[in-house]
Amino acid sequence: MIPAAFEYVRADSADAAIAALAEHGDDAKLLAGGMSLIPLMKLRLATPTVLVDLGRVTDLSYVRDGGDHVAIGALTRHRDLETSDLLAAACPALRGVAAEVGDNQVRHRGTLGGSVAHGDPASDLPAVLLALDATLVARGPGGTRSIAAADFFHGFLETALAPDELLTEIQVPKAAGGWNYQKFNRRAQDWAIVGALAVRNGSTRVALVNMGATPVRARAVEEALAAGASAADAAAVAAEGTEAPADLNGSSEYREHLARVLVRRALEAAGL
Amino acid sequence: MQISITVNGVDQTHDVEPRTLLVQFLREASGLTGTKIGCDTSSCGACTVLFDGESVKSCTMFAAQADGGSVTTIEGLAPSSDEMHAVQQAFHEEHGLQCGFCTAGMVMAAAGLLAENPDPTEREVRLGLEGNLCRCTGYHNIVQAVLSAAKKLQGAR
Repeated sequence: MIPAAFEYVRADSADAAIAALAEHGDDAKLLAGGMSLIPLMKLRLATPTVLVDLGRVTDLSYVRDGGDHVAIGALTRHRDLETSDLLAAACPALRGVAAEVGDNQVRHRGTLGGSVAHGDPASDLPAVLLALDATLVARGPGGTRSIAAADFFHGFLETALAPDELLTEIQVPKAAGGWNYQKFNRRAQDWAIVGALAVRNGSTRVALVNMGATPVRARAVEEALAAGASAADAAAVAAEGTEAPADLNGSSEYREHLARVLVRRALEAAGL
Repeated sequence: MQISITVNGVDQTHDVEPRTLLVQFLREASGLTGTKIGCDTSSCGACTVLFDGESVKSCTMFAAQADGGSVTTIEGLAPSSDEMHAVQQAFHEEHGLQCGFCTAGMVMAAAGLLAENPDPTEREVRLGLEGNLCRCTGYHNIVQAVLSAAKKLQGAR
């Protein structure tokens, strides 16, 4: 399958990428690792006329200690997350979930920022950002702004990013407590049919993958746990407030069942 | 646009469209047809090559992204024309193939895996090859071959 023709622009800096977006407007699309965008282009579900390649913007690839948080450049690859010593100590959930994305080949190319900016509710990593109340930093022609993870995901493949903005950094609060991610799929490398993440960081946070148009927090589960419910009792309300999609992989009811089972497993494996 | 990629140590410079995928650059522009196109949707891994030493799916990468970089394909893995790479030799000895369509991708993914993890457990091999599908379901011998190659490479070290 061959993508529709496009004009290729190679950006050598974040500023150059933002300038290219400003010049080409809605017709332009940013290319990071391409693990989500290129398949869409091959299916011609995405037909940008200008592709701005961020592959040479190396100064947005880093994992740094930011004091109370870990600062991660948007172009940091999954491979660099899953092998990061800093994350192993400061945010093992992010490191562990990064290792669950796709397969080795995908993780060698795919980036955290690309995954997040794509806004696919079946992606694994947004669950970590939501559960830990991460902050996303975007830069545009008017300057830099910070967006809370809770305000970032607007809908299916829709985020708070404006068309002329580049996601530059993701700041994830440190969380060294117990965690577990349950990813349910049929083939090893597939997207999650449903995913459930539990992270203990003071309180216990729970996030769900592919249970709506955006990744979501399982607030009902968190409130039940805070009120003293057992893991099994809290997991029973895992589907509350969700709008699970129905597709070839399963009905909404099936996904709701999966959410309850996976949340219980995640909570128990996280030590609750 | 003009793209230059060092493929198996040889400079390949070709004038291609920006939308040219790396696998097309290898097969059509460079004439290296050892790399296969299987699913063409980044699921099966038959098109796996090493880009700057790491396994990637060449059907899901534009040649333009690899411009200036280095690619190793199945044709360039063996040290010489009369000596196979340890992974190739092990696939031969352990019968790690049936129809052979996935083999080039499997071998390249395995070579990439062993470069990152020289002494994997069986589980690590299975997880490490999760991006490669064998339509004959011949996984058992493939995993044995990778473990055998790991041992030989360890011994040679």
